[in-house]
Amino acid sequence: MRQSFIAKNPSVLIFLALLGLFTLAVTILGEGLGIGLISTSFVKTLGKTLCLCLVAIAMDLVWGYAGILSLGHFAFFGLGGYMIGMWLMYARTELIVVESLAQAEIPPTPDEIRDAIGTQIFGVVGGSDFPLVWAFAHSLPLQLALVVLVPGLLALVFGWLAFRSRVTGVYLSILTQAMTLALALYLFQNDSGLRGNNGLSGLQNIPGAGDVPQSLMSIRFFWASAAALAIGYVVAAFVVSGKFGSVIRGIRDDEARVRFLGYSVEGYKLFVFTLTAVIAGIAGALYYPQAGIINPAEIAPIASIYLAVWVAIGGRGRLYGAVIGAGFVSLLSTWFTGGQAPDLNVGFYTVKWVDWWQVLLGLSFVLVTLFAPKGIGGLFDLLTGRRGPDRHGADLGPGAGSFREKEAEQ
Amino acid sequence: MRILVAALSFICLIALPVSAQDSPIQQLLQENRTLIEQSSRRTIGPAIDALRDSGLPAAQAVLEKWQARELWQRKSDGLFFFAERTGDGYRLIDIATGADVGSATGGEIEQLKPNSGIRALIGVALVQFQLTDPDPARRMAALDAIARNAEAAHLAPLRASIATETDPALTSRKARLERLLTISYDDEPDARIAAIESFAGDLGVDARAALNPLVATTRAVTAGDPPATENVARRLAPGSDVLSEAAAHALLVEAGLVAPRISASDIRAALAAHVENGQVGGVPVAELDTDAARERAYAALAAAGLVPATATSAEVAEALSSHVFYERYAETDPRVTEAANAALDAIALKVGMNQAADLTLDALSLASIYFLAAIGLAITFGVMGVINMAHGEFIMMGAYTGYVVQQFVPDYTLSILIALPLAFAITFAAGVAMERLVIRWLYNRPLETLLATFGISIALQQLAKNIFGTQARPLTSPGWLDGSLVVNDIVSISYIRIAIFVLALIFLGLFLFIMRRTRLGLEVRAVTQNPRMAASMGINPDRINMLTFGLGSGIAGVAGVAIGLYAKVTSELGQDYIVQSFMTVVVGGVGNIWGTLLGATLIGFLQKGIEWFNPSNTLAAQTYMILFIILFIQFRPRGIIALRGRAAGD
Repeated sequence: MRQSFIAKNPSVLIFLALLGLFTLAVTILGEGLGIGLISTSFVKTLGKTLCLCLVAIAMDLVWGYAGILSLGHFAFFGLGGYMIGMWLMYARTELIVVESLAQAEIPPTPDEIRDAIGTQIFGVVGGSDFPLVWAFAHSLPLQLALVVLVPGLLALVFGWLAFRSRVTGVYLSILTQAMTLALALYLFQNDSGLRGNNGLSGLQNIPGAGDVPQSLMSIRFFWASAAALAIGYVVAAFVVSGKFGSVIRGIRDDEARVRFLGYSVEGYKLFVFTLTAVIAGIAGALYYPQAGIINPAEIAPIASIYLAVWVAIGGRGRLYGAVIGAGFVSLLSTWFTGGQAPDLNVGFYTVKWVDWWQVLLGLSFVLVTLFAPKGIGGLFDLLTGRRGPDRHGADLGPGAGSFREKEAEQ
Repeated sequence: MRILVAALSFICLIALPVSAQDSPIQQLLQENRTLIEQSSRRTIGPAIDALRDSGLPAAQAVLEKWQARELWQRKSDGLFFFAERTGDGYRLIDIATGADVGSATGGEIEQLKPNSGIRALIGVALVQFQLTDPDPARRMAALDAIARNAEAAHLAPLRASIATETDPALTSRKARLERLLTISYDDEPDARIAAIESFAGDLGVDARAALNPLVATTRAVTAGDPPATENVARRLAPGSDVLSEAAAHALLVEAGLVAPRISASDIRAALAAHVENGQVGGVPVAELDTDAARERAYAALAAAGLVPATATSAEVAEALSSHVFYERYAETDPRVTEAANAALDAIALKVGMNQAADLTLDALSLASIYFLAAIGLAITFGVMGVINMAHGEFIMMGAYTGYVVQQFVPDYTLSILIALPLAFAITFAAGVAMERLVIRWLYNRPLETLLATFGISIALQQLAKNIFGTQARPLTSPGWLDGSLVVNDIVSISYIRIAIFVLALIFLGLFLFIMRRTRLGLEVRAVTQNPRMAASMGINPDRINMLTFGLGSGIAGVAGVAIGLYAKVTSELGQDYIVQSFMTVVVGGVGNIWGTLLGATLIGFLQKGIEWFNPSNTLAAQTYMILFIILFIQFRPRGIIALRGRAAGD
């Protein structure tokens, strides 16, 4: 019996409806078009959070469904940001340079314009020549293509190498972490061509939209982020709902058995890994224009681990869990580390949340892992009455390392 | 006896007034009085030489006082005295005997004020005295002064002093300095060449400092062949890597052989200065946005005589091909430069070999640091298969333990001796607690262990930040670990690094001993191979797992003390090592301590090797090292030493 896509994924409609309502509410309450109850900076924070939710969906696909604990997806996210950032920075600097050179008595030659842009951008790292990686920075379409291509190709090559030699489990995690570290260290160098630890800045100024106020621009980016999240959610739900989804879940639970059934395990993993890298890149390309600055510290291995933390707290193996985790934890983080949370006075000591939030996060993460492996998303199981069988401690799933509760679900 | 002393002092008393006027040194000064009074750098030479060569015992004192502007002349009779200020007048002191010879008012005597040129000449003359000074320390000081600031005039007194030198260390130092000065200042080419050749393969920086100026070159250009009087190093082709066409053209311009080319920015400025009615040289301003249009406009201006003509590309090309570019040595004798080049080549070879040795030492010490950081992980991850992301934080805890102990125990040696076991105890306890509370419930779920321990890691890191602040805390090593073992000018290694190396070896031994020779090791190996079978043999797997994890964590703590000794203690100390530590274990091969050792060695040597190619950029070295490791794992997914059979677990 063939069920329709929606029937198999009732959560998609609910999610889209909620996201639509949320977007509408923010638009009405926001500063750009609405009544101004929500400040522009908070609209930006919400927009950024939606992008983080999108990359969390990617993480959930690759980890919760395919069982690959990648500690490198924030690197793809950052790469996407760098790719769009290059165009933003180039185009905006070009506008400024052309304007200032137009004041001169002699009109500038194309070479002079290019040199002036180079000096503007790379003066901070003591250079003025355009490195090779900036070859396409003048063109928005090409750079947009790179947003997808660069993370995708990196994931393809890395995944091909890793999966081909059957690196699995924690080894793969460490390897992806190493890749992230290598990339971050590379970008930290001044001669990497991407301005070293200065990163790319001024990204919130969209070239050609100088007369659009930031309040309006933030709402537009919020819409774009919401749309991307909606599309990403549907795509991810589509990927995991059909036969393909069954196979990658099978790979998660027992890779060898799926391989013996004749499936090309490496091919499936590679597809999921690359697809999620592309989604992460797109999310990054939407995130950094709202953040305004990107530097290599953003893609340090720790960021990717936080991504895993969000997904784990939200509940992996279910797409809405990833969204809830990323949204909840990152907003809570912003609240606590932003100094908005009131200090907690316990008599002999005043707990400043700016200092203690990380401790709380770390410990709650341990607790979630230990006592609530389903995460916040598990609460929905209580609502719908889905419960794992009580086998009184008897062995559950096929392999010792697999995600056994899911397997035993009735 | 008493009579003798009395007689002597009497003789002295009556002899003094006589010598004040007629001592040989005073006579010598009087002979050169006009020169001294003239006090000109150009003419003073003979007077100083006369004093220097007089052989009089007082000559050195007189020269020193003269140089220090403490020599005075009595106006009435022109005699020279040392003088000391006493109230409103001066006490005069005889220059030969140091005896008091009366007093004078400020108006009666005049101070000799040698200018800096004369003082320098006196200084050179004094070198001879200092080189033969009875005090070896002063002779050494004189040699230091010459080595710092050598002059041609130092050569002769230095040579003269070698024969009479008694101290063997000073003799060899003098001989070396004499050869160095010979290279730079001797007139005889053969002597210089001999001296140069004697330095072939010498590692001293001073030898290179003396040789390098000989082979320093300047660039020159001529119309025909270079003049025969010049010592040509090599000819240069314009447009090659060493001499770009722009540089060649600049040489031509400098020699006045072609007209300079006006730079693009100057052309632009010249054009901007000659805008008339929206046109420059007949070209509309709006069209000046290409280089070709600008050149046309500039040519028009030049034709009108408004701006200097610029050389055209064709002229420049013609000039480049018709002239000879070459490098010439400042040193004119080709035999000397040839010998110097040969000596420098030999030195470069030797320096390269020593640098390789130094690099090997560096790599070894880096490897031992990685090994220390990874050995605890080799136990928890390698033996038990538990990923402990908080391992780095245990290292950090060990380092902070050392820091705290130093706050209470001021003696550095004692505090380190206390800190090592204490760090072990604290991190052992932390490890046991973590195993009991968290890891025990997550066996068989390695990915979740990874995440849970990561949660502990960020909590511990922030906790350390809250307690100790974000700034780096010092962990001072004991005094006997300061400094370094210096083999020669290039090869040296600090004692701390040697200590870390030794510590790494001790831990290797300890690990092997525990695993192979103790009951605990036996039980650990049994439990890791097959926990159920081990349990049925009466081993308590829970207890063993707990102890093993504690051991691995404890070793991390001790490693933390060692690492803290040479790195600053911050809350991010552990984080810096965690990825490298995992790399070390994975590259080496999980479950084998020799693999970890090999892995650490490989990574240490690799990183230093890459740094050697690009010494200014350690970030790049780390990047390429990680890339190499990722590739390496492609070919040996199970590490250098892979477990086989049942122990491999699959």
